[in-house]
Amino acid sequence: MKPTSVYYFGTCLIDLLYPRAGLAGMQLLKRAGVEVIFPADQSCCGQPAFNSGYRDEALGVARAQLACFFEDIPIVVPSASCAGMIKHHWPELFEGQPDEDTANAVAQRVYELTEFLTDILQIELIDLGERVKVAVHNSCSSQREMGVADRSHQLLNQLVNVEVAPHQRPRECCGFGGTFAVKQADISGAMVNAKTVSLSDSGADKVISQDCGCLMNIGGALQKQGKDLPTQHIAEFLWERTSAD
Amino acid sequence: MNQTQAFKQRIDDALHNDQLRANFRSAMDGIMSHRASQFPDDVQLQALREQARAIRANALVKQPELLVQLEQKLTENGIQVHWAETPTEANQMILGILHQADAKSVIKGKSMVSEETELNRYLEEHDIEVIESDLGEYIIQLAQEPPSHIVAPAIHKNRQEVGKLFQKHHPEQPYTEDIDALTQTARHILRDKFAQADAGISGVNFAVAETGTLCLVENEGNGRLSTTAPRVHIAITGIEKVVEKLSDIPPLLNILTKSATGQPITTYFNMISRPRQPGEKDGPEAVHLVLLDNGRSHIRVDEELLDTLRCIRCGACINHCPVYVQLGGHAYGTVYPGPIGLALEPQRLGLDKAGTLTSACSLCGACGEVCPVKIPLPKLINRLRAESVNHKQNTSVKGKGALRKPSEATIWRLWQFLYANARLYRAFLYMATRFGKLTPNQLGAWTRYRQAVKPARKSLHELAKQAGFSHGV
Repeated sequence: MKPTSVYYFGTCLIDLLYPRAGLAGMQLLKRAGVEVIFPADQSCCGQPAFNSGYRDEALGVARAQLACFFEDIPIVVPSASCAGMIKHHWPELFEGQPDEDTANAVAQRVYELTEFLTDILQIELIDLGERVKVAVHNSCSSQREMGVADRSHQLLNQLVNVEVAPHQRPRECCGFGGTFAVKQADISGAMVNAKTVSLSDSGADKVISQDCGCLMNIGGALQKQGKDLPTQHIAEFLWERTSAD
Repeated sequence: MNQTQAFKQRIDDALHNDQLRANFRSAMDGIMSHRASQFPDDVQLQALREQARAIRANALVKQPELLVQLEQKLTENGIQVHWAETPTEANQMILGILHQADAKSVIKGKSMVSEETELNRYLEEHDIEVIESDLGEYIIQLAQEPPSHIVAPAIHKNRQEVGKLFQKHHPEQPYTEDIDALTQTARHILRDKFAQADAGISGVNFAVAETGTLCLVENEGNGRLSTTAPRVHIAITGIEKVVEKLSDIPPLLNILTKSATGQPITTYFNMISRPRQPGEKDGPEAVHLVLLDNGRSHIRVDEELLDTLRCIRCGACINHCPVYVQLGGHAYGTVYPGPIGLALEPQRLGLDKAGTLTSACSLCGACGEVCPVKIPLPKLINRLRAESVNHKQNTSVKGKGALRKPSEATIWRLWQFLYANARLYRAFLYMATRFGKLTPNQLGAWTRYRQAVKPARKSLHELAKQAGFSHGV
């Protein structure tokens, strides 16, 4: 049964750096007939600190989100990485805490955006855009933790004027990894360079991903290399091609 | 130089070695596709992984009893068992066995545990000749380098490099880059060594408690020769290699060889259960097993970190690691590189000595996905990061808190203060989006490889409000 309303967890990265991608996700949900609630008190899932070993701090920030998602309705997240943090790592983070049950309940209600659009809403898309060739970067979280990488392909395949170009290393990490990109900047740099070669060799006009962390990394590297290959979050790409605005 | 600076230096060296990186990239691409071809059916693969996990997990739970049983069975079979707490003890024991047998020369099969104890160096210092007989080990022994991979120790060298190395050490042979010809050269040299060596030293893949059997998996026949031709055979292994039953071996062997090299089975599989018996024409007169702890019992204490010890040393995590493929094995500076190295070495050596290794991971999860015994490697690495800066929790991890820096801890506290306080966070968003253009274009390490990203003009909080989306209660 299609839910009438959902919570939207925008993620801190999208909030500050890619808000149009976040908004596009909300518009896609709304167009599918779902009321979208964007709790004003949300900020971050706590992943940056959690992956850096600072679990108390991660817990403090994660805990501050709990009250935002009080009602028993789905929580949609336009990032596999942040969705994975809530779904799979909050239970670990809150283990033994007084609000453990609440956190576990929230974790169970989390969906990655494209997962929700395909599996739950089964949206149908009508392509209004020009012919374009895109390469898809599936984030590690979308492939492994969340297992939703194929949902982006399912959605893109509905767009008649969009060709998805295969590339050489679709399964390999782009080297973002949050604070990894700063702590081990040179390894991360080598990894993102390998990824940009793979993507630009595909002959695509644009790179699409479910995760803005990867896009910040890949897009920034492509710009630095002077390559004319724009990057875009899948929600924004889908919305642009299927809406009249 | 502290551990972090030393690691940075090794990383820098590796990343500037284009030949090395090209060698690793091509080798890892090959080995990954070989593995994938062995597991065409994912459902079967997952069932096999679960079976292998359960066997190893069971063995770890029962480890104390199984080790007692193993010693008893081995002794009944005529294999002498020695317990070593530390690498030094293990080395001394082995030297003692060699002295007692009046052995001056050793031919060695591959053993990573002997790398832990730096056995070759120790024996050579005590005037024992040691020759590695595994082809990869032989190559790196000539080059005087440690293994760069736990299964393929010389994988960092291409055939041109091996050709040059052989020419340097065996100038009587004509220079060749032909792999078959190089292999024949090594085979020729090693044949004599097998015949002449007083003792053979090998590792162990699985030690079966039920029957007192030592299993050795190999491809070159050097393992079989090392353990049968010389008059004394000394096996060395970690205490975690014990498994309960003989029937545990087929599933483990099956997933081990497929995961490691993408082979349905290796060319040789040895089951060693006793020394030469009266009337038998070959085999060693004496067989010894040295069981090394070297921190393993301590790792076993922690319920979560215990999973580290499930490892069957196939190297699949290493082969699939996007960091390892960029760096190669030597950059890690430890016996075990790659994801299993990140999990094991900081525990074995202490976070104060090797905790910095855990930073060399993007938590991509590729390792955990391929591990044949389902070790949750990303989870363990993340846990060890937490232990590295842990200053409160009472846990058993050696060197915990060693990497906690006041400046970093303060940054995370401030981060929490900002992100856990909704009104403050919104004020921050407002300021950052209004003055975002003023943020620096150079952001240290980030902008060495990327253009800096600037805050949007309006946050999602603002856009959502403008577009009329509900804020909820």
